[in-house]
Amino acid sequence: MTITSPAIAPNFGPVDTDRKLAVICSKGNLDMAYPGLILANAALGEGIETLIFFTFWGFDMITKSRMNNLQFSPAGNTSLHLPGGDRRLPQAIAPGMTAMATKMLKKKIADLDVPEIPEFLDQIVAAGGHLWGCRMSADMNKLTMKELRDDVEGIISASDFIEMTDGAQLLFI
Amino acid sequence: MPVIEIAGKQISVNEEGFLTKYDEWDEEIAKVLAAQIEVEMTEAHWNIIKFLRADFKTQGETATARRVQTVGGVPVKEQFVLFPKKPAKKMAYIAGLPKPKGCV
Repeated sequence: MTITSPAIAPNFGPVDTDRKLAVICSKGNLDMAYPGLILANAALGEGIETLIFFTFWGFDMITKSRMNNLQFSPAGNTSLHLPGGDRRLPQAIAPGMTAMATKMLKKKIADLDVPEIPEFLDQIVAAGGHLWGCRMSADMNKLTMKELRDDVEGIISASDFIEMTDGAQLLFI
Repeated sequence: MPVIEIAGKQISVNEEGFLTKYDEWDEEIAKVLAAQIEVEMTEAHWNIIKFLRADFKTQGETATARRVQTVGGVPVKEQFVLFPKKPAKKMAYIAGLPKPKGCV
């Protein structure tokens, strides 16, 4: 075999980049749980060290008893359109609207082969991502490490998180 | 689109160096591509590359890291070991396929 170096080859960057991303997930609605994880997962796939801090309602994403039951509500969301058109969905006019909207959103997400939140976090941890819980949220909800996913690395204060993400780019969601 | 010579063959690539014609790829070329990005090919690497090639043929697009796990059966964690830092793009490059389009 003759090894001829290609004249053009992609530059996948230095093996060790010091780029770092911190994502703060503060929402527990199903639709708002996704953006942070999609961006974190994308960053990991680019070789970027990624830390996620779960705070306030975002704490539900890592709480074992709640993480499988995140909901999506059309109430107050004026961007919610009926599938395949520009017609808006009526806002929470009937009981069961949240359950119906949640089911619809879950199906749309599954159709794109995007995993549910717990499985998505499995993938993020497998890709080297770090999960941290917020001290104040844990105290407010009277939750300890026992009630959280086993791969959460710890419950820490806001200042601890700020300290460990020194120099990182930061996303608040 | 540029045409470059790899392993004695004329190959069409895009401006980044990704192959643009599915049928111009072969294993000799893959070895050169892998060497170029400092990946040493083992059987585990070849298994993934072969999965990507076959999957592209039926799906018409490059499998994402997630699909390589769920359909190809290689856990994401292992993909990061085999193709460090940027598994999805490195796998696609060596397999002579476009970068995956999917976000996840």
